[in-house]
Amino acid sequence: MMERLRGLISGRSAVIGVPYLWLLVFFLFPFFIVFKISVSEMETVQFKDLITLKDGVLQLSLKLSNYVFITEDALYLKTYLASLKYAAATTLLCLAIGYPFAYFMARAKTTLQPTLLMLVMLPFWTSFLLRVYAWKGLLSDHGWVADLVINTGVDQLLAAAGLIPAPGKLMHTPFSLVLGMTYTYLPFMILPLYGNLAKMDLRLLEAATDLGATAWVAFWKVTVPLSKAGIIAGSMLVFIPCIGEFVIPELLGGPQTLMIGRVMWDEFFSNNDWPMASSVAVVMVLLIIVPLAIFNKYQAEAQEARQ
Amino acid sequence: MAIENTAAGETVDAAFLHIDHLTKDFDGYKAVNDVSLEIAKGEIFALLGSSGCGKSTLLRMLAGFETPTAGRIVLAGQDLAALPPYQRPMNMMFQSYALFPHLTVWDNIAFGLRRDGLPKDQVADRVEAMLKLVQLGKFAKRKPHQLSGGQQQRVALARSLAKQPQLLLLDEPLGALDKKLREETQIELVNIIEQVGVTCVMVTHDQEEAMTMASRIAIMSEGRFLQVGAPSEIYETPATRFVADFIGNVNLLDGIVEVDQPDHVIIGCADCKHFVGHGITGNEGQAVTVALRPEKIHLARKQPEDPYNTAHGAIKELSYFGSFTVYHIELASGARLKVSLANVQRHRDDEFTWGDTVWAHWSRAAHVVLTS
Repeated sequence: MMERLRGLISGRSAVIGVPYLWLLVFFLFPFFIVFKISVSEMETVQFKDLITLKDGVLQLSLKLSNYVFITEDALYLKTYLASLKYAAATTLLCLAIGYPFAYFMARAKTTLQPTLLMLVMLPFWTSFLLRVYAWKGLLSDHGWVADLVINTGVDQLLAAAGLIPAPGKLMHTPFSLVLGMTYTYLPFMILPLYGNLAKMDLRLLEAATDLGATAWVAFWKVTVPLSKAGIIAGSMLVFIPCIGEFVIPELLGGPQTLMIGRVMWDEFFSNNDWPMASSVAVVMVLLIIVPLAIFNKYQAEAQEARQ
Repeated sequence: MAIENTAAGETVDAAFLHIDHLTKDFDGYKAVNDVSLEIAKGEIFALLGSSGCGKSTLLRMLAGFETPTAGRIVLAGQDLAALPPYQRPMNMMFQSYALFPHLTVWDNIAFGLRRDGLPKDQVADRVEAMLKLVQLGKFAKRKPHQLSGGQQQRVALARSLAKQPQLLLLDEPLGALDKKLREETQIELVNIIEQVGVTCVMVTHDQEEAMTMASRIAIMSEGRFLQVGAPSEIYETPATRFVADFIGNVNLLDGIVEVDQPDHVIIGCADCKHFVGHGITGNEGQAVTVALRPEKIHLARKQPEDPYNTAHGAIKELSYFGSFTVYHIELASGARLKVSLANVQRHRDDEFTWGDTVWAHWSRAAHVVLTS
């Protein structure tokens, strides 16, 4: 009995345990520290203890004023919403561009697919900062992308759609921000979609055609529903980091496009208010955990369907 | 070719499906090579051949997934060339079914009906009727992965019959099932097809499947039809060595026509002389092959009285199959003769066994004489 038990612990449990241990040490534990800071009182440069034993009375003091402040000050709500908005716009754009890309990649000749896959990942070979910075040059006044957009009159459309405040200026606008984020995160959309679409059984499309579906109907009724897991995985991989994105809004965004990453930065490094910064971070994690939970549910369902 | 089997091929009245000199050329490789065929309404027709013989390509051309290089397909008087797959009045049951994994059984069956823009209540009526036909009413809400192989097969059948196609195409309909289930399903499938009364073309590499299900079979090899006929016709009067060898078990004995008389022919082989009593004719001295099915040969311990149609040898190998046993008899020339005997009794006293010297003998009508 003992031996069997020991065998169980040493083998399977270890394998299963490692990722959980990883999560515990590198996610749950740090998150707990952040949470603790967010409810702590500052005492000059030190945090007060949360739990104190004084005259035989055990006291747990949680300072919730930071959270209250987040709900009271419209700046935070506005910034969270802006972050969600830009992240959602980026995700939709990535999906609109990435889906056809992944689709044709998955349907390309098998000999061509590794090359296409490499091309998708090629940008990662250059520093991310460099690539985002390059957009600054391209989009600022007399940058050639800016010239192209302005000379073709597309900037009028962008201004009409409210993506840039006025025609003629592209940099430091919601347009430049979303463009930069879409450009950066596109591979994260394409890769899971490609993985999903490449696995699809093409006979299902033949079956749909045989039953009277045109290619277009077969695409919407069979291909798209079957790639749901890929769409969700790609969307999460784009959406979640976009919410907390700091570097791209800093380089390509403007005063209009304040995002939560910037707010956090200011609380930490300008105001030196760690509890406040931590509260903002905790709320953001909670905001992300909700979509993540939905994603996990779908993953589990897809896994079940495959078996 | 001087020798001809007198048994005539079944004639087909009023062709429903007409395949006319159909060819499919894949970059110089002719997967289907100038094939013509007529299939009557209500027939279950099987294309039988090993993998790569072109049977699937032919089926895919019928369905419209491949465009013929040359030739025509005419269904009920309508040339199908101009019709894309989604407009053809036929449905296919795919190999390993290709059920939509994201849809329930109900929605899988309704898929084709919805594409036709049928009103909701008609779709529902039709799906319910189909579920009843294949006895899957209880499983309507399940997804395909929650069904057994046999149930999936029935969903696939229901889906392909839901639109009441004029022609049903079956691609290896039972290939994904295990042997026991396959035998049961063969009969069930034929019953359903006959109940619906749909004309059916099936593709299979399993000769048993073709024999039990089809009213006629075409044996395909290298893109051509080698023989087309009823199962018994193909088994009992194969036209070529290839067909004789492909269908069932056979002993092929090379020989020469020694005597040619109006009522019989005598063919000399290395180990025996064949007296062929049925109506064939040839030239004396012509080289031929005699095909003998193992179950048409009998064994005896004593030499039979008839000097013809008998061979002497020793049992070298013995394969027991339960209902029958196959004996491999080595003849004087070293050639082996396969003989299959039904095990009609539980324990025979004089059972043949390894090393026994025996006389094999067969009737004057047992042979098929082949020239190619």
